[in-house]
Amino acid sequence: MKRLPLQKRVVTLLLVIVPLLALFLYVGLRSGPLAPIAVTLTTVESRTVTPALFGIGTVEARYTYKIGPTFVGRIKDVHVQVGEQVKAGQLLGEMDPIDLNERVRSQESLLKRTQANLREAQARQDYAKTQLHRYEKLLLANSTSEENVTTKQQELKIAEAALAAAKEDTVRASSDRAALIKQQDNLRLIAPADGVVARRNADPGTTIVAGQAVLEVIDPKSLWVNVRFDQASAAGLAGELPAHIVLRSRADETLTGRVLRVEPVADVITEETLAKVIFSAILQPLPPLGELAEVTVSLPDLAAAPTIPNAAVQRHGNTVGVWQIVNGDLQFSPIKLGVFNLDGYVQVREGLAVGDQIVVYSEKALTTRSRIDVVERLPSAPQ
Amino acid sequence: MISLAGRDILHAWGKFVFTGVGLGLLIGVTLVMAGVYRGMVDDGKALLDNSGADLWVVQKDTLGPYAEPSSLNDDVYRTLLALPGVAQAANVTYLTMQVRKGDKDVRTMVVGIAPGELGRTPGWPPYLVDGRQITRSHYEAVVDVATGFKLGDELVIRRNPYTVVGLTRRMVSSSGDPMVFIPLKDAQEAQFLKDSDAIWQSRRRTQANPAFNRPGAPDLLDAMLAAQSTNTFVNAVLVTIKPGHVADDVAESIRRWKRLTVYTRAEMEDILVGKLIATSAKQIAMFLVILALVSAAIVAFIIYSLTMDKIREIAVLKLIGTRNRTIAAMIMQQALALGVIGFVVGKITATFSAPLFPKYVLLTPMDSVTGFFSVLMICVLASLVAIRMALKVDPAEAIG
Repeated sequence: MKRLPLQKRVVTLLLVIVPLLALFLYVGLRSGPLAPIAVTLTTVESRTVTPALFGIGTVEARYTYKIGPTFVGRIKDVHVQVGEQVKAGQLLGEMDPIDLNERVRSQESLLKRTQANLREAQARQDYAKTQLHRYEKLLLANSTSEENVTTKQQELKIAEAALAAAKEDTVRASSDRAALIKQQDNLRLIAPADGVVARRNADPGTTIVAGQAVLEVIDPKSLWVNVRFDQASAAGLAGELPAHIVLRSRADETLTGRVLRVEPVADVITEETLAKVIFSAILQPLPPLGELAEVTVSLPDLAAAPTIPNAAVQRHGNTVGVWQIVNGDLQFSPIKLGVFNLDGYVQVREGLAVGDQIVVYSEKALTTRSRIDVVERLPSAPQ
Repeated sequence: MISLAGRDILHAWGKFVFTGVGLGLLIGVTLVMAGVYRGMVDDGKALLDNSGADLWVVQKDTLGPYAEPSSLNDDVYRTLLALPGVAQAANVTYLTMQVRKGDKDVRTMVVGIAPGELGRTPGWPPYLVDGRQITRSHYEAVVDVATGFKLGDELVIRRNPYTVVGLTRRMVSSSGDPMVFIPLKDAQEAQFLKDSDAIWQSRRRTQANPAFNRPGAPDLLDAMLAAQSTNTFVNAVLVTIKPGHVADDVAESIRRWKRLTVYTRAEMEDILVGKLIATSAKQIAMFLVILALVSAAIVAFIIYSLTMDKIREIAVLKLIGTRNRTIAAMIMQQALALGVIGFVVGKITATFSAPLFPKYVLLTPMDSVTGFFSVLMICVLASLVAIRMALKVDPAEAIG
């Protein structure tokens, strides 16, 4: 092999060494802690912000009619199944009367007996009245003693009292009978309003306690979403605001609605404000009660003000602010923030003016001594 | 005066450069190993820096929330806010778990961040590289780029899908798992929420228990089931301190009056670096020492064999009356040149290969400087042995 001349060898060696050194210098200065931090900048713009509130909730029915008997008993029959439409006044089911019919019959007999007693008392009173009348005439003719007349007067009063008691007995027996008949009516489970059967808690033969619901009927027109908003971000929530509802089962479909009311009582434990949001139209098919829904409530537009992306907001010590470029230098400017929208823009109340240059994204936390390298897009952010 | 070393290098420059490059790769590996060690320690510190807290309030007598499980009621922060010196107190949850995306999953640390004033609430990612911070109180996530997720991706934690709205970087747990930030309430649910099967089974168990399912009290069962599915716990409360107050004093008053365990930044660093990653860091450090020793031995051997290769030339030099000093200088200069090339190549390879490692590799300038002088020192020491051999050589060998 023919050796290269010395000059050429020097050149070749330099060709290897010089790029190596250049690479080394680049590596030393452009990587590691000494390297400048890549940042992206943005200009503070004046724009209107449409703040919105985001909450989640469950679909509930505004009116749920829980239908059940008023006393302990056994179910005789339930005529409807879950999902059936019912009309107001429709018979939904019946309770087993057990001994109720016999008790009504017994009350009827009792009533008749008291009526008989009443007639007897009436007869006694009539007789006592006639007797007194006769003895009073005899006393005028001095044919009887005064004592006998007094006795007859007493007998009449006793007969009158017995008659009054018999009358009241009749009323009592009649009322008792009426009460039992009312209870007989209560055995019938009647729909109080139009609706859909949402639940059928018990089947015929089941014994249930007083007040326990056998059927639950909901009014499909009254479906609403019970929404929970975090208290920290519920400012401005009020009735009548428009809302967008996304049901978990229909994630691609955005339904419209509005805030019906904000509950006056918040949840203490979860620190959430509660609100009821109603749908603009009746949903077909009905969403199941208890389904999760995401609700976005739009607040009125705010006047244009300096606005920045929320990614630019940083904390430096105990101050909240942004890294601003002033005359080419990095400077931390404390700011006061106003409202924000869900797209990540926040209005600045104090500290920045329209046209100021601020840092949005940075590859690491910045300090006042950081060297920065302004780029269009951070190399570490995937496309 | 001509440089003997330079002439010799030029004489066989290819061999010299390739030896230097080979040596460089070895030095590069050693530097990377040092970087791996530094990276481990830095991961721990990054976790503390990124939380933005001055104090960590955790369950009494635990080393939580990073080194041990800790759980606190989520209303504790309100009582902490009332203490003098406390500027902000925010709940936080940490849970290391696999996060699913499509059919693959990524090991991450899911951080639940409390809603609050933008920029001021501790626990939030302090800077982003793309996207925005979380604005909705549910189902949004800011993730570390190391998770491989992109903006707009949908990831699944337990049963809920979350949309990636922001990207950040260098947000890792102490074991280097990238973080996923989600709203606190979702995170509480994720920690607690079992799969649907487990919930059904648990309901059936409760139903089968006659104490909770009494015929005379039909509402009791519902109340019991509702009570079983609530979680009002968090792992820690992050506290920031008002200017003019000393962290230790505020910590002491929380310990004394709230009877909770509190760690300051220094104590937390001690737990993370001194306890949590102590053994694995020592393991890496041990490996680093061995690698450094092996590298030193190989450098010494290369220089020695390079010298031995030209022992005949040295003998000729001696024969023509070259002074010992000149020969020694030639060998030492060559050794140093080799060391410099090796270091330069090593530094370059280490820098370019560091981002390829799955975990963070931190190459500090001080490590490089130390490495540079160590390499030179090793080269000098190795050349001494070679010089001794060269000087002992008999000039007669040149012609023998």
